[in-house]
Amino acid sequence: MNLLVIAEHDNIVLKTATLNTVTAAERIGGTVHLLIAGQGCAAVAEQAAKIAGVAKVLLAEAPHYADQSPENIAALIVAHAAAYSHILAPATTAGKNLMPRIAALLDVAQISEIVAVDTPDTFVRPIYAGNVLATVQSMDTVKVITVRSTAFAPAGEGGTAGIENIVAAPDQGLSKVVSRELSQSARPELAAAKVVISGGRGLGSGESFHALLEPLADKLGAALGASRAAVDAGYVSNDFQVGQTGKIVAPQLYIAVGISGAIQHLAGMKESQVIVAINKDADAPIFQVADYGLVGDLFEVVPALTAALG
Amino acid sequence: MKILVSVKRVVDYNVKVRIKADGTGVDIANAKMSMNPFDEIAVEEAVRLKEAGIASEVIAVSAGVANCQETLRTAMALGADRAILIETDVELQPLAVAKLLKAVCDKEKPQIVLCGKQAIDDDANQTGQMLAALMNWPQATFASNLRVSDGHATVTREIDGGHETVEISLPAVVTTDLRLNEPRYSTLPNIMKAKKKPLDIVTPDALGVEVTPRLHTLKVAEPPKRAAGIKVADVAELLSRLKQEGVL
Ligand SMILES: Cc1cc2nc3c(=O)[nH]c(=O)nc-3n(C[C@H](O)[C@H](O)[C@H](O)COP(=O)(O)OP(=O)(O)OC[C@H]3O[C@@H](n4cnc5c(N)ncnc54)[C@H](O)[C@@H]3O)c2cc1C
Ligand SMILES: Nc1ncnc2c1ncn2[C@@H]1O[C@H](COP(=O)(O)O)[C@@H](O)[C@H]1O
Repeated sequence: MNLLVIAEHDNIVLKTATLNTVTAAERIGGTVHLLIAGQGCAAVAEQAAKIAGVAKVLLAEAPHYADQSPENIAALIVAHAAAYSHILAPATTAGKNLMPRIAALLDVAQISEIVAVDTPDTFVRPIYAGNVLATVQSMDTVKVITVRSTAFAPAGEGGTAGIENIVAAPDQGLSKVVSRELSQSARPELAAAKVVISGGRGLGSGESFHALLEPLADKLGAALGASRAAVDAGYVSNDFQVGQTGKIVAPQLYIAVGISGAIQHLAGMKESQVIVAINKDADAPIFQVADYGLVGDLFEVVPALTAALG
Repeated sequence: MKILVSVKRVVDYNVKVRIKADGTGVDIANAKMSMNPFDEIAVEEAVRLKEAGIASEVIAVSAGVANCQETLRTAMALGADRAILIETDVELQPLAVAKLLKAVCDKEKPQIVLCGKQAIDDDANQTGQMLAALMNWPQATFASNLRVSDGHATVTREIDGGHETVEISLPAVVTTDLRLNEPRYSTLPNIMKAKKKPLDIVTPDALGVEVTPRLHTLKVAEPPKRAAGIKVADVAELLSRLKQEGVL
């Protein structure tokens, strides 16, 4: 049995979510191949070859793979799919964009955001904002899967896979990326950080969001996240959103500041190891999942916490 | 130019669902049902394109049980011109819905299909991408901005690292994210008007689409509950607890 993992990268570095996906593939069992499609991304292939558990790296380079459009990458993968029992990618925005397209072209179901592998054809996945875990069995010959990174440890280093070049599929010519505005930050990546501090509507403005939470994040080496309300109000950009329809995080420490704890928010953070909530409303639902709740005005509590961390 | 909008009837986002005692599924018998919130955003966007003179007609499509008619009436109260219900009692999975929507697209020939990015019940996030694949059309998912000019659409997409703008040829599928717009509320006069708008009912059979589920749900369960936590008195107690936990 051969499994194909589709690597996520920006032509320069491999994204860590790929490592968690390799672990999920190993959990299924079989020989794991890793596909890298891009342009000028040989360095990514070299990083990928070192992942423990990867038997072979497939490298497809072409100018029309530079942006990794789902139309072009799906056409490439479908051309190689016959050799595989499983095709996996991380459940990131890139993976979610691409994988259903592959599944439909192969006329198979896609299994979204698996959090556990029961058998090679049976998987556990959350539905209803994570309030229900469904165990689903696939009847299809090829299983097309996206993997929730927080549910699988990242694969380690130590692999010595060979790199094989594969031919590109023709350019579909359906779409092109005009521009990309990526948030620049020296902080750890939100989805993989050990400490996450998230702010909600209680912060009141973008200015207070940054003035209060940045210094605390600096002290803790934390990533910053946000509720949907904070994003909608423009305090921070969309890539900060934690939740059912944003990012899923499971850090060692999650600090929710001025967030009420709607189920859509809890869906994105309730697997965190230790949860702290700071909220002035003692009845806020966030306290039902918090290990440590501090009832108080965040405009006093957060600066005091930052100061106490010395 | 015609715009097709897919609308799914789902358990309202405010409802916390319960599992059936035998663990075979989710008990939605008495739950409040609503239009999937991302589909409200899709309807709103389509109606705005019509108001801007870019779209000529907005057609809402839903697949599922007879009660989906309510959802379609809601879409028409928000401004859709007519509606199509693909009626079936079979549990529909995204691939089946995509095939049904393809059959409707083959007939109606829309230039844009607007779908929600994700149904908040199955949390699949698949249908729009699958439809685009089956039509061999481009896709622009997770849209936070949509501009249409002849033969093309320019779409800003919410992605993990920030956002990107793509240009796609039409026809195409666009899926909505939360920041695309703020849907309007329906007014009583518009609800009344919607009752008179055309609503066609077809079946998967009539469309020649096989909808048998490909994934079998073996069981559903509640996730493990977190143990109840404690309230701390002040910052000093919080810090000492976190030190004990070894997370600082
Ligand atoms: C389709 C859909 C998808 C969604 N997806 C997501 C998602 O992915 N992520 C997400 O987060 N939400 C999501 N939501 C929104 C969710 O339902 C809530 O509306 C949102 O999480 C609320 O954000 P909040 O907690 O910041 O705001 P609020 O609910 O308004 O809570 C603000 C909190 O701040 C507290 N507060 C105010 N002032 C202070 C102060 N001075 N000191 C201390 N505390 C204070 C208040 O007591 C209150 O509890 C989604 C909703 C829908 C319909
Ligand atoms: N049964 C359905 N009827 C109409 N539209 C649907 C149906 N199922 C899914 N969709 C559309 O596809 C989107 C994504 O759904 P999903 O892929 O199930 O997460 C939804 O927001 C709807 O726009």
